[in-house]
Amino acid sequence: MSDGLDGGAAAAGTGGGADPAAGGAPAGRVKEAVARAWTEEWGRVVAAVIARTGDWDLAEECAQDAFERALERWPRDGVPRSPGAWLTTTARNRALDRLRRAANETVKLRQAARLAPGQPATADLAEEAGDGDTVPDDRLRLIFTCCHPALPLPAQVALTLRSLTGLSTAEIARAFLVPEKTMAQRLTRAKNKIRHAGIPFRVPAREVLPERTAAVLAVLYLLFNAGYAPGAAGPDQRRVTAEAIRLARLVAGLMPRQTEAAGLLALMLLHDARAAARTDAAGDLVPLEEQDRTLWDRSRIAEGVRVLEGALALHRPGPYQVQAAVAACHAEAPGPRDTDWKQIALLYAELARMAPGPVVELNRAVAVAMDEGPERGLELVDALASEGELTGYHLLPATRADLLRRLGRPGPAAAAYREALALAPTEAERRFLERRLAEVSAGRPR
Amino acid sequence: MKYLLLICSDGDGFDATPEELDAQPWVDEMTRRGVRLTGNRTRDAEDATTVRVRDGAVLTTDGPYAETKEQMGGFDIIECADLDEAVEVASKHPVARYGMIEVRPFWTE
Repeated sequence: MSDGLDGGAAAAGTGGGADPAAGGAPAGRVKEAVARAWTEEWGRVVAAVIARTGDWDLAEECAQDAFERALERWPRDGVPRSPGAWLTTTARNRALDRLRRAANETVKLRQAARLAPGQPATADLAEEAGDGDTVPDDRLRLIFTCCHPALPLPAQVALTLRSLTGLSTAEIARAFLVPEKTMAQRLTRAKNKIRHAGIPFRVPAREVLPERTAAVLAVLYLLFNAGYAPGAAGPDQRRVTAEAIRLARLVAGLMPRQTEAAGLLALMLLHDARAAARTDAAGDLVPLEEQDRTLWDRSRIAEGVRVLEGALALHRPGPYQVQAAVAACHAEAPGPRDTDWKQIALLYAELARMAPGPVVELNRAVAVAMDEGPERGLELVDALASEGELTGYHLLPATRADLLRRLGRPGPAAAAYREALALAPTEAERRFLERRLAEVSAGRPR
Repeated sequence: MKYLLLICSDGDGFDATPEELDAQPWVDEMTRRGVRLTGNRTRDAEDATTVRVRDGAVLTTDGPYAETKEQMGGFDIIECADLDEAVEVASKHPVARYGMIEVRPFWTE
């Protein structure tokens, strides 16, 4: 077995550079450093080994090995100045070592040659990154491979989490409420297809980059929503949401010209900033207008707004940027009455132009109702209802009910709340609707 | 890598003129590029014969092995760097605009 550090580019000046003050570090600090590296560096380590060997399973195993070795070595040698570089070098050397020893060496190395760096798309990415000399980040190549449209969506989601975050197969299975065995099979099938069908490990060519980026962002948004759906979130789902933000930050940082990546990051940050206020102590849903705004995370909001403004300045708008702009209108308003609903209604109209759909229209109707009054909102909602596209969607009757309540028509409001209750998918939403139903029923003149 | 392209229709025929479906320019381009190794059109499923051997006896039946609405009308074998290139090549085949192309990797190199 090699000794972990090969003096290669990644290790130079970092791998052996133990913290001088530590000279062997306290066990607690080392554990903490390894845990932090696990969260922050897992994807980098796996990506580097895949880039070098083309072998996904080997990459996971060797990443695991590298972290185990860190637990042995760091207490004695101190935590390296760049844990990611140390871990990457260690894992990569371990992988090359194992490949050299493997009987099927030639096959694997041929595979490695095909999948390794130097593909033509490299130049595109360097340009994308705005720096002619930059080698594309292996993690970016990894995420595009995980989110390849030739893989089924559930596999894209699972593979992104398994390869790019430190989440285990068991944790991913729990987050998506499937048996661990099912999740393991899903991952194995996806990795087999990558190998058998020749799905390349690279950032796509410029002609297809926008649509392939959109596919990556769609997966990240799905991950974010896993822990964000009202009432559905346990610790496993919340971890997935946190990882989604981390990955969005990575993608936005690596592809500054893809403004929708920054738009999505801003959207996530602005929503996540309100997380603590979205449910009360009993776990019940608190609607936006009733939320305690002092619980909103101001530094997250400031970061979200900053990221969004940076994206908007490049004048390449898209649906995520518009949705983030709506979220920013809410986040920056001191209270529900100070919210710029006219602006929000305009933004939804813009969104409807870019990405038409009945749910967008429903959101626009809510904004119009807040701006021009509930009668006008109700007209729009009823028009939507008559089109029938939202039949069975609980937020349609829930929105009608709310507008009828505001108009002082408790009878029809109660009927609409009952309709929404029958359709609501989560317990938290049902409890919220039941509370509203009780309120309008109590206040109803007999 | 080698891929088999199955050139398929959804069974209802194409809403296209023979000129729009003419694959010759595609064949010429892909052969020139060195991507296309071989290929041909096949006759309709009604001209197909399916062969099975059971208990030593050859069973010959009329028609395709599976009755589906979708029909294979031809095939090509291409050699590409990876799936992205194979998809790009398949997407340029005229039938992709009216029917569909299934891209199957070969078992071995």
